[in-house]
Amino acid sequence: MAATAAGPGPASGPGDSPEGPEAEASERRRKAHGMLKLYYGLSEGEAAGRSAGLDPLDPTDLNGAHFDPEVYLDKLRRECPLAQLMDSETDMVRQIRALDSDMQTLVYENYNKFISATDTIRKMKNDFRKMEDEMDRLATNMAVITDFSARISATLQDRHERITKLAGVHALLRKLQFLFELPSRLTKCVELGAYGQAVRYQGRARAVLQQYQHLPSFRAIQDDCQVITARLAQQLRQRFREGGSGAPEQAECVELLLALGEPAEELCEEFLAHARGRLEEELSSLEAELGPSPPAPDVLEFTDRGGSGFVGGLCQVAAAFQELFAAQGPAGAEKLAAFARELGGRYFVLVERRLAQEQGGGDNSLLVRALDRFHRRLRAPGALLAAAGLAEAATEIVERVARERLGHHLQSLRAAFLGCLTDVRQALAAPRLAGKEGPSLADLLANVASSILSHIKASLAAVHLFTAKEVSFSNKPYFRGEFCSQGVREGLIVGFIRSMCQTAQSFCDSPGEKGGATPPALLLLLSRLCLDYETATISYILTLTDEQFLVQDQSPVTPVSTLCAEARETARRLLTHYVKVQGLVISQMLRKSVETRDWLSTLEPRNVRAVMKRVVEDTTAIDVQVGLLYEEGVRKAQSSDSSKRTFSVYSSSRQQGRYAPSYTPSAPMDTNLLSNIQKLFSERIDVFSPVEFNKVSVLTGIIKISLKTLLECVRLRTFGRFGLQQVQVDCHFLQLYLWRFVADEELVHLLLDEVVASAALRCPDPVPMEPSVVEVICERG
Amino acid sequence: MEDDAPVIYGLEFQARALTPQTAEADAVRFLVGTQSLKYDNQIHIIDFDDENNIINKNVLLHQAGEIWHISASPADKGVLATCYNKTSDSRVQARAAVWRMPKELESGSQESPDDSASTAQTLELLCHLDNAAHGSVACVTWEPMGDGKKVISLADNHILLWDLQESSSQAVLASSASLEGKGQLKFTSGRWSPHHNCTQVATASDTTLRGWDTRSMSQIYCIENAHAQLVRDLDFNPNKQYYLASCGDDCKVKFWDTRNVTEPVRTLEEHSHWVWSVRYNHSHDQLVLTGSSDSRVILSNMVSISSEPFGHLVDDDDASDPEEHHADEKSKEPLQDNVIATYEEHEDSVYAVDWSSADPWLFASLSYDGRLVINRVPRALKYHILL
Repeated sequence: MAATAAGPGPASGPGDSPEGPEAEASERRRKAHGMLKLYYGLSEGEAAGRSAGLDPLDPTDLNGAHFDPEVYLDKLRRECPLAQLMDSETDMVRQIRALDSDMQTLVYENYNKFISATDTIRKMKNDFRKMEDEMDRLATNMAVITDFSARISATLQDRHERITKLAGVHALLRKLQFLFELPSRLTKCVELGAYGQAVRYQGRARAVLQQYQHLPSFRAIQDDCQVITARLAQQLRQRFREGGSGAPEQAECVELLLALGEPAEELCEEFLAHARGRLEEELSSLEAELGPSPPAPDVLEFTDRGGSGFVGGLCQVAAAFQELFAAQGPAGAEKLAAFARELGGRYFVLVERRLAQEQGGGDNSLLVRALDRFHRRLRAPGALLAAAGLAEAATEIVERVARERLGHHLQSLRAAFLGCLTDVRQALAAPRLAGKEGPSLADLLANVASSILSHIKASLAAVHLFTAKEVSFSNKPYFRGEFCSQGVREGLIVGFIRSMCQTAQSFCDSPGEKGGATPPALLLLLSRLCLDYETATISYILTLTDEQFLVQDQSPVTPVSTLCAEARETARRLLTHYVKVQGLVISQMLRKSVETRDWLSTLEPRNVRAVMKRVVEDTTAIDVQVGLLYEEGVRKAQSSDSSKRTFSVYSSSRQQGRYAPSYTPSAPMDTNLLSNIQKLFSERIDVFSPVEFNKVSVLTGIIKISLKTLLECVRLRTFGRFGLQQVQVDCHFLQLYLWRFVADEELVHLLLDEVVASAALRCPDPVPMEPSVVEVICERG
Repeated sequence: MEDDAPVIYGLEFQARALTPQTAEADAVRFLVGTQSLKYDNQIHIIDFDDENNIINKNVLLHQAGEIWHISASPADKGVLATCYNKTSDSRVQARAAVWRMPKELESGSQESPDDSASTAQTLELLCHLDNAAHGSVACVTWEPMGDGKKVISLADNHILLWDLQESSSQAVLASSASLEGKGQLKFTSGRWSPHHNCTQVATASDTTLRGWDTRSMSQIYCIENAHAQLVRDLDFNPNKQYYLASCGDDCKVKFWDTRNVTEPVRTLEEHSHWVWSVRYNHSHDQLVLTGSSDSRVILSNMVSISSEPFGHLVDDDDASDPEEHHADEKSKEPLQDNVIATYEEHEDSVYAVDWSSADPWLFASLSYDGRLVINRVPRALKYHILL
């Protein structure tokens, strides 16, 4: 309304701006609005109008505050041609007219509003006048009321004081009455056994009696009271000593006695002595359960009983003690701590004995639960009695048990591994029933691997219980760090893998060394097992462990690669040993066959010797055996038909040179030369060279060993003509069947050639057999 | 360094018998016996001129048969014993005999070695060391340090002690013992210990090593399963009386203390096939030589179990030079056992290796194809041991 009243104001505003503006109509209207808004303090127009970079002080700016019409006209006249002047004149006239009409409209509108505002104000004036009258009347009424009220209070003052005095007297009298009745009341209370009540009465009266003891009447009362109190104390002590009535009641007794002003020191001693008696009873009952030969309840029950009996008792004692003897200060706390330490120590000894009995057992969850109860129970007294170090000791016990448990698991894993090996041995040694195949090596391997893995997983699961969230000790630093990394990962898993490798390696250098102790198949199986561990299982197990036991400890751990390298080395040694053992078996056969025969007087060969067939059979069996566990491996590209190769070397012209009995001194030289040249072109054969992890390499190793043995044995003998021929036949036979097993058949050829050549050298009368005959015999055999 | 290169000598025949001329202390001389079934066998006397790096050879004919083992008398340069095979109509007999070489060859010849074939001389037979009842002779070993009068031969399962009388022209069987047991027991090799007043002999048969007292011809010790397979050779430590080395078909060389026969003191596993020969250096027992049918010769430094585990202890006072003292102290650090060198000059199985009796830094090895290689201990090591 106020705004409308001020309405006519702006009508004069636009008056100083219209002087023929040149801008367009819309522009102009906007400017006009801007002016109005500016006048009314609205900021929007201001920014729009002036922001065009015009100097606000420019006197030629029509809309500017500093507009000077003279200057403007001067400027126009000077700068513009006549036509433009005319234009601007008409333009300005038009603008002025428009502004005039705008102004008129505004004036009309605002005039109406102004008139209605004037009416309203007039009406308000009338109303206010009426209200003023009513307010005056109200003020007078209030004054009257105040006056009355003051008069009433003055009248009542006197009586009120009297009542207060009477009430005071009444209270005093009641107190006196209480004092006079006190002896009899106390007696009654004592008779009724309401000791608490009695002590409360006595406490209330004592100070007063003390204060007024110079008055004879009070004196008498006090004397009476003291007699009764003494009796009361006597009875309380009696009850306290009898002791049978449980810790809370005893605590009450002590509390009452203290309130009666008995010496705290003495009471404290006595209280502890009583508590000790009770707790020792608990302990001995626990010990009885432990017994020499335990019909023992399970460990959970035991710790439960210990927890509720002993630890609960201890808690009560401690709580009561602290409540009662808080005044005793540090000396009392010290006494209590020593007390708790001693008894706690005995309790721990008992618990440890019980836990030790549990070490052999297999049930981890029960043990962990028992330990959890034990530890949880001890947290309360631990918090009460930080000085006694009970919680720490309990944690230590738990840690020790956990460590022992890890050791136990490691042992049982080892035992499981050895058990698996025994099973395998038995399976291997079991006589094969005709027509019924025993379990294949691959099955055995799978069995062993899965059984070990499941054992490992079971162990992991078992020890994982120790770190379960709900177990009270799992957040101790030991269980968060060292237990996971050093204990489980290093101690249990890495330790087991290491010991597995060691056990496996020990088969390689068993003192017997004859190979009889360990079945070769077991060596092969272990080797494959270790290799599998190297490729996959180790990293799997370790990842599993790391996942289950989120290791937060930063202490160094054995990296997977080291373990893998160890496993691989073990696998390699085992396989090499397998090759040696199998090679030895075949070698022995060949050696015996060469050593025991009389080669000089042998008959013309008609057959391949049985031992050679046996060699081929055994090699085939080994091939099958190895093939069950190892991949084929790479062999050198073979000639199209290897088996057709005959001993061309010995039938060729070179052969002639070798065996021709020429007695020129240069002849033997030639022989040497030839064999030497031949060797120049062939690579040195490493007989017991390390093998690779595939079937071909294994077989190559075995065959190399066998043939080299044959060679060395042949060199130690002297052959007749037919002896040589027999060797020729045997070698051809071997060559027919052995090439397929090895990586490089050249190797077999080379070694067999050397065998035959050596036999020829060891023959005084070397007449080789016709290759065609050799072939016929071999094919027939 | 060029004279560290090996010297190679080729024989025309296969050969497995090699011995130094034990009685010779000045010249480097080896005797090699050949194996040929078709031609007359020979004994090559090989002289090595260390200064000029030249080999001189003399050839003696050994017509009795192919030579499996050869050993030279420790007292008389001209006397040697061989084990040889005699083949006669479909029968092979292994026999042994003591021979004397012609006087002028005893200490090497000055004449040109080229025309050996024409000037080949024959050995003079002194006596046979065999007795048909005892079977094939595998090995003959002379009493070391002795006067060349006592010889032990091993024939099948018998161990025979011979007294050579009347300048070795007569061999009298002094005593004998034989190995009893199931199976066909055969001695493969034997050595006479230089310790204990030369009263001990060690033999190898199958996988077992046995020690014998020559006075009573009774067994002193027995190392069962010394090797997993056949034992091929053994040798006594010349400086430590209870130590001996053995080698065999399990590719291992083992060192034993005969007072504790349950465990070897040390085991070497460097060869990749059977080890046929093992020899201690006669003066510096840390140097051990082995030859194997993987065609390699390996020289090992077994200093930790030698008589000089801390290097050579200098006891003469010449070493006044402080620098030398410094060197001494250096060498007294405990040394590591290691392989000094692997010699790969051979292309066939090496059946015999031996040290020269005259020069402790020289050794010879013989492979089946008739190649004799003479090598030296590497100089650096030699000075390390000496200084």
